[in-house]
Amino acid sequence: MQEFEYVAPANLEDAIRLMAEKGPRAKALAGGTDILIQLRGGRFQIDRLVDIKKIPELNELSFSEANGLTVGAAVECYRVYEDQTVQKLYPGLFDSASLIGGIQIQGRATVGGNLCNAAPSGDNIPSLIVQEAVAIVAGPNGRRNISVEDFCAGPGRNVLQEGELLVAIHIPTPKPNFGAHFLRFIPRNEMDIAIANSAVSVLLDDSKQHIVSARIAIGSVAPTPVFAREASALLTGKEANEASIEEAAEATKAAASPINDMRGTIDQRIHLVGVLTKRALRTAISRAREG
Amino acid sequence: MTTTIDKTAGTPGKYKVLGTRPVRHDGIEKVTGAARYGADMNMPEMLHGKILRSPHAHARIRSIDTSKAEALPGVMAVATSKDLPIIQARELNPGQGGPRLLAENDLADKKVLYKGHAVAAVAATSPHIAEEALALIAVDYEVLPTVLGWREAMKEGATLLHDNLTEKFSATRGGAGEDTGNKSNVASHLQLKMGNVEQGFKEADTILEREYNTQTIHQGYIEPFACTAQWIPEGRLTIWTSTQGIFGVRGNVAAILNIPESMIKIVPMEIGGGFGGKGTGYLEPVAAVLSKKTGHPIKMVMSRKEVFEGTGPSSGTSITVKIGAKKDGTITAAQLGMIYEAGAYPGSPMVGGVTSAVSAYKIDNVLIDGYDVVCNKPKTAAYRAPGHPQAAFAAESALDELADMLGMDPMDLRLKNVAMEGDRAVTGVPHAHVGLKEVMDVMKAHPHYTAPLGGPNRGRGVATGYRLNGGGSGSSATINVLANGTVNLTTGSMDLSGTRVAIAMQVAETLGLTAEEVTPQVVDTDSVGWTGGSGGSRITFDTGRASIAAAQLVIEQMGARAARLWEVQPEDVEFVDGIFICTKNTDDKFTFKELAGKLMTTGGPVTCSAMDTQGGVGGALAGNIFDVEVDPETGKVDILRSTVFLDIGQAAHPSYVEGQMQGGTLQGIGWALNEEYFFTPEGVMANSSLLDYRMPTSLDLPMIDTVIIEYANPRHPYGLRGAGEHPIIAPLPAMANAVSRAIGVRMATLPISPGAILEAIEKKNTNK
Ligand SMILES: Cc1cc2nc3c(=O)[nH]c(=O)nc-3n(C[C@H](O)[C@H](O)[C@H](O)COP(=O)(O)OP(=O)(O)OC[C@H]3O[C@@H](n4cnc5c(N)ncnc54)[C@H](O)[C@@H]3O)c2cc1C
Repeated sequence: MQEFEYVAPANLEDAIRLMAEKGPRAKALAGGTDILIQLRGGRFQIDRLVDIKKIPELNELSFSEANGLTVGAAVECYRVYEDQTVQKLYPGLFDSASLIGGIQIQGRATVGGNLCNAAPSGDNIPSLIVQEAVAIVAGPNGRRNISVEDFCAGPGRNVLQEGELLVAIHIPTPKPNFGAHFLRFIPRNEMDIAIANSAVSVLLDDSKQHIVSARIAIGSVAPTPVFAREASALLTGKEANEASIEEAAEATKAAASPINDMRGTIDQRIHLVGVLTKRALRTAISRAREG
Repeated sequence: MTTTIDKTAGTPGKYKVLGTRPVRHDGIEKVTGAARYGADMNMPEMLHGKILRSPHAHARIRSIDTSKAEALPGVMAVATSKDLPIIQARELNPGQGGPRLLAENDLADKKVLYKGHAVAAVAATSPHIAEEALALIAVDYEVLPTVLGWREAMKEGATLLHDNLTEKFSATRGGAGEDTGNKSNVASHLQLKMGNVEQGFKEADTILEREYNTQTIHQGYIEPFACTAQWIPEGRLTIWTSTQGIFGVRGNVAAILNIPESMIKIVPMEIGGGFGGKGTGYLEPVAAVLSKKTGHPIKMVMSRKEVFEGTGPSSGTSITVKIGAKKDGTITAAQLGMIYEAGAYPGSPMVGGVTSAVSAYKIDNVLIDGYDVVCNKPKTAAYRAPGHPQAAFAAESALDELADMLGMDPMDLRLKNVAMEGDRAVTGVPHAHVGLKEVMDVMKAHPHYTAPLGGPNRGRGVATGYRLNGGGSGSSATINVLANGTVNLTTGSMDLSGTRVAIAMQVAETLGLTAEEVTPQVVDTDSVGWTGGSGGSRITFDTGRASIAAAQLVIEQMGARAARLWEVQPEDVEFVDGIFICTKNTDDKFTFKELAGKLMTTGGPVTCSAMDTQGGVGGALAGNIFDVEVDPETGKVDILRSTVFLDIGQAAHPSYVEGQMQGGTLQGIGWALNEEYFFTPEGVMANSSLLDYRMPTSLDLPMIDTVIIEYANPRHPYGLRGAGEHPIIAPLPAMANAVSRAIGVRMATLPISPGAILEAIEKKNTNK
């Protein structure tokens, strides 16, 4: 690892300036569970690491009925899954945040870092997509909002411009009769990278027999996490039963364009995405009914 | 749950200390973080060494230009193979092995033979500068075709790794073999024969033939290699290192650097796992050379990636089995072809596989051909029961399938053919007093074996693992008696597994002391007699015997002191239950402690040393039963229940016997289900991290129940056998048998990963 400068600004303006000064040679540091490993492994070289954890605004975790959930960019996974509101209203995010890494990693790793790292396998990203999360970004040219499904640009690449930082992730308040679930497949039971993952959300009608709308997002099967738009749309107005689930799961496979590597083969990944989506839909529907 | 079953009549309660569970002597230091491991050395003026490794799996080194690296501020020295005297002194003859070959693996000379092969080393004022300097070393490679595995290596017209390697043929174990003169990637071919297999197969009613494959896997010790060397100018060389054998390191370093052993001191650090892999060193001669060049101590610590890519894993194998039996289960013949990948240089554990594969059974007609094959992968090193697990995976999977074909219970088939004392194995050596049948009887009778599986997609697998263990290499021990009646025990046996406490307990048993009254220490090469490395399941046995012998000398000498005080002859003093008694006047008694307090006034300290050179811990059997459930949609294996059985002769400290049984089982599970080196076609390991090299985590394992079987070993005063190796053998076939039964497809290739299971299920469904 080469020498670099470490700075820990106390406010967002300083952080943006410190980032912008060094352009591509500056990187943000949240929990460090991705970037420190990448730096040690020599994936890239930088001149400055900007620690964002000292910025109060970025540590905010709050909820209001009107504005939904705000997860500051420096909020660790453990804070997210220990939060009662998250447990109640954002079950998919709860699922993914609580299975990332192990207990030590969850104490450090942030949801924002998971998103910014933009790994195809990032487990929180599909959960965020199916709960219609929006990334709030600030940079030298001010603030902008980006839908999470448009945030990742390729393996390890996101749409942030030089000097821009993620400030928070904002997730709207779900309507009644809402359910969500996240599943991934790993060969071990922890400390592993998803061979495939799938997050789903469903909104049922008041009879709880029909699906008003649904969202399916999958990971580890394409250069970025993918919002399976067509498969999701198929469920609109459908009966919440096995036939609809099977049909949507099958259609989800079409959204996958995986590669062969040491972690899994193309066939295996496409197959698993179908299995996981089917299973996640079953749970999401029953959660919506219980909800 | 733990059970201990005594198979040797009359032993329960025989011992006061052995079989109890005292707190281990090194426990507090380890749990408080005070214990010092390989990377914990820090010295004034110390520099940091880093190794440049080959990016190619096979290439000729045309030239190495180190000038830019040397010019980087902070860099103090650069070393290459030119700095290793043994390499300069003579050409490599890969068939000969020895320190010349080791040197070539420490710093490549003319050729690199695997991705990760060391080519140069840098010493600098910080590890980061050293790393930066590596990038400035210019190596001009002529890249050669990659010979990635046994298949490519054994092909007609294959690219040869070594210009001067010729195939040796041997028909006896341990023989030097005759040189066929054929240039080949096959370094040696061992053929062992008994009876006539053709005749045997004619007598069979059922014959099974199958090929079994396994991949390169690593021991996965958590502590990477680490050492610090200080070579005083014109003076002695001291090396602090994490190793399984300090005397082996001393001998190799002396030979590689061409200096006398008397100029070298090797100091053992606590070891964070070795499993055989740390029987070989890599860094010590390099650190020494850098220290000599700079006049500073040099510390070198490998990264996990270096451990995977640059140190010895265990062999990938391909094993064919043909086995025939009569209707009643009598095995009439077995023929095996066993190919073991040695990696870059000869020396796979093929012999271990050939000699153990079917040796737990009495089979009259056996023919086994073993091949040691070089290819462009790291040079393999030992891993618990070297070569045995791969062999057992093949043989014990075959037995499982054969049992099915015969409509027999798999344990019944084994018991029908189990070898008894005096039966000859294919090695020609008759079986000693080993409890093969005794262990199998216990397994068959265990409630786990007949418990209902209770659900679909479930399977139970059973297998045994026989560690054929022979010679010991020698162990020394010294005991000093302290005035307060305690003793200090000094050995040269690196403690990988709780051997300090297990040996101290044998001394305590002999001297009538408690385990706590014996203080065991592992010391450096200057401070104890020559002792072979910690391997071959021999330490508790060999070093134990040396320590018992030293304790007996202590009793003798202390008895003589008592005789002096009582004014009788030494023969008139007896030592009974920890008390010295005068047979002339039985009122004259000293406890060990009382007498110890009088030593300084009766002739000075008592210090006794002894050596054990006989060794011969002998073979032993272990076995596993697994219940698994397979998710047919994902191929994931869930282990529902696991029981491991092991014959220990007599447990010294049962907790550490259980630790070995559970540890071996979990390593075997990893090997069976997920672990493998995943190579790109260019020979680059794509998964050189613990994230992608999938060893089991605690969440992947059920409680591993242990059944300790004590069938006393007549070769040891207290009946001990080894425990370190045989528990890793049976888990591979037992797991393969369990999964195969759960999904109804025979899984003959490891690892049995979820992807492989999915494919097998899919194939089965489409063939229906
Ligand atoms: C042992 C282990 C297990 C793991 N298991 C999992 C797992 O199961 N699932 C999973 O998805 N991941 C896993 N990871 C990866 C990692 O923990 C997660 O991706 C984590 O959420 C990253 O968060 P972080 O806060 O540590 O990010 P960091 O490493 O601090 O940052 C990650 C990237 O995001 C950038 N970044 C961070 N914050 C900002 C910001 N505010 N604005 C702009 N850019 C920013 C950084 O510059 C960097 O490029 C694991 C990692 C380890 C070491």
